[in-house]
Amino acid sequence: MPKKKIATVWLGGCSGCHMSLLDIDERILDVAQLADIVKCPVVDGKDLPEVDITLVEGSVTSDEHLHEILHIRKQSKAVVAFGDCAVMTNITGMRNYFDLKEVVDTAYVNAISNDKEGKLPDHPALLKLHDKVVPLQEVIDVDFVIPGCPPDADTIFYVLFEFLNDRVPNLSEVKKLKYG
Amino acid sequence: MDSLSDKRKILISPVTRIEGHAKITLQLDDKGNVEDAFFHVNEFRGFEKFCEGRMFTEMPIITPRICGICPVSHSIASVKACEMIEGIKPTYTGNLLRRLIHIGQNISSHALSFFHLSSPDFLLGYDSDPALRNIIGLAASHKEIAVGGIRLRKFGQEISERITGKKIHISGIAPGGMAYPLTEENRLALLQWIPEAKKTVKMGIEIIKKFQEENKEMVESFATSPTLYLGLVGPNGEHELYDGKLRFIDTDGTVLQDQIEPARYLEFIAERSVQWSYLKYPYYKPYGFDKGFYRVGPLARLNVASKMKTPEAQAEFEIFKKINNGKPVHGTFYYHYTRLIETLSSVEEAEIILNDSEITSDKIQTQGRWNNHEGIGCSEAPRGTLFHHYITDETGKLLKVNLLIATGQNNPSMNRSVLEVAQQYIKGTDVTEGMLNRVESTIRCYDPCLSCSTHAVGKMPMVIEFTDKSGNIIKRIER
Repeated sequence: MPKKKIATVWLGGCSGCHMSLLDIDERILDVAQLADIVKCPVVDGKDLPEVDITLVEGSVTSDEHLHEILHIRKQSKAVVAFGDCAVMTNITGMRNYFDLKEVVDTAYVNAISNDKEGKLPDHPALLKLHDKVVPLQEVIDVDFVIPGCPPDADTIFYVLFEFLNDRVPNLSEVKKLKYG
Repeated sequence: MDSLSDKRKILISPVTRIEGHAKITLQLDDKGNVEDAFFHVNEFRGFEKFCEGRMFTEMPIITPRICGICPVSHSIASVKACEMIEGIKPTYTGNLLRRLIHIGQNISSHALSFFHLSSPDFLLGYDSDPALRNIIGLAASHKEIAVGGIRLRKFGQEISERITGKKIHISGIAPGGMAYPLTEENRLALLQWIPEAKKTVKMGIEIIKKFQEENKEMVESFATSPTLYLGLVGPNGEHELYDGKLRFIDTDGTVLQDQIEPARYLEFIAERSVQWSYLKYPYYKPYGFDKGFYRVGPLARLNVASKMKTPEAQAEFEIFKKINNGKPVHGTFYYHYTRLIETLSSVEEAEIILNDSEITSDKIQTQGRWNNHEGIGCSEAPRGTLFHHYITDETGKLLKVNLLIATGQNNPSMNRSVLEVAQQYIKGTDVTEGMLNRVESTIRCYDPCLSCSTHAVGKMPMVIEFTDKSGNIIKRIER
């Protein structure tokens, strides 16, 4: 059996889920025995090749995220919504209660520490924010979810280990299903 | 094709064009020399707005979600702002437990920066196979170092876990102190880590010193423009991460401001929004936007400090201070070395705190209530000084939130360092792999707080694009 390929990607979130992935500590070397981590913010990675599993942290907040998640769906046999922001937008979605312009102006125009000479971020290299933040399943089919803010390391390792051994993890059964 | 007189731009961004996080545009002049650089930070979530209307006491739980790498610093800055609003002080043990958790985060964040992300460059070489230039690749050839780094980070994370039950986005840091005590069993378990942690940090220090020695010319010519520095110091000017007052120093080491209450930050710091980035450009207000470049983080903290608090870190600090005869060290590469000296100091301080007879006391929290409209809290996040500023109505509902993030304060200097390195290594339109590496490692030195900013935790696979003024691509290089 060829070695499996895993990718992990980070959209609109805080990186806490990736830090929790690192909290599997030395077990990362066990994962590396079973699979090649072909793309991940903490290792190197070229363009996303075809992979068996992609863990996606964060919500879809912008044009670039949308483009990226569609590409991830195309390249991945299984897409895992990794953490609460990916599953249900969580903190990242809290701006949905406000008008986007108001949210942007609060930071870039009206902040107490701002001087009067600033300009709003507007550059071809910058992503364009969407009015509303959405979770992954709003724009693609998601195969599996790991909720949690962040999911704890043992849960992440369990899910990876099951997938890498061709089993479907069952979070309810192992009492690891929790939000927040 | 445009004529040579058109300004041309080079865009560096992650290879996966669709990913688009950290990107750099280099603007070329008529002769193909780099004229300007723009470091684009591509992330915005809007905490300042969506926290409005919530109760101030929720902030120590919401704001850690700004960043999964330094959540504790946000919690600490936040809880201090809350305590100013309530007009209370934490209990001795509550404060000490928070200090311990904060040190733990500093250890894990610095371990990640050095061992996971940077040491592969030093040990395997900048030109080694990018697919192996990471912590897993390192484990194959330098197992002791890789596993040591992983376990050092684990120690830092375990401090949070043994006090609060969680490693990331912990709860329990509350106005007045802590919601959970430290049990004797957990105290002993944490103490057992100290010898191993110290050994690993010292191994790191040997690695960086050897690299500095063998690459003296590069290290000393690498993004060395002088800046001002800001950091917290204790009452006697000692290095401080958790409490303390602000100290600003000038490029030559002259103390500009000392023992300033963090609540006065607006007198000394202003920031400006710029079109090319979602990360604002803070500056030292008395010097203005053009001249007020200042830096924060490990290099800044060691430049402003008069001494370290612990003996082994002090011995290393004295070696560091000799680099520029007691004057501030401006070489950006020295961020790595200073980061490790701080880690050593944190491990030593953790041992002292764990041996404090009050650390397992159950007197962990003062009770308070809303008393003041305004609160400002500050702490040294791993990457630099962090400010939270809240204004509330008389029911405690937030009317205004201002967050001055550590990495933001390095943003103007990061941008300038990229420009300097690009000017040093790029001539004409031929761009080599080595040049891309230099530009990338400039950013890596600052260890930018990635979730607050760039999202590129590890290596940044890059593409370089030559475009004309209108954005048409003339040439594209990938690595």
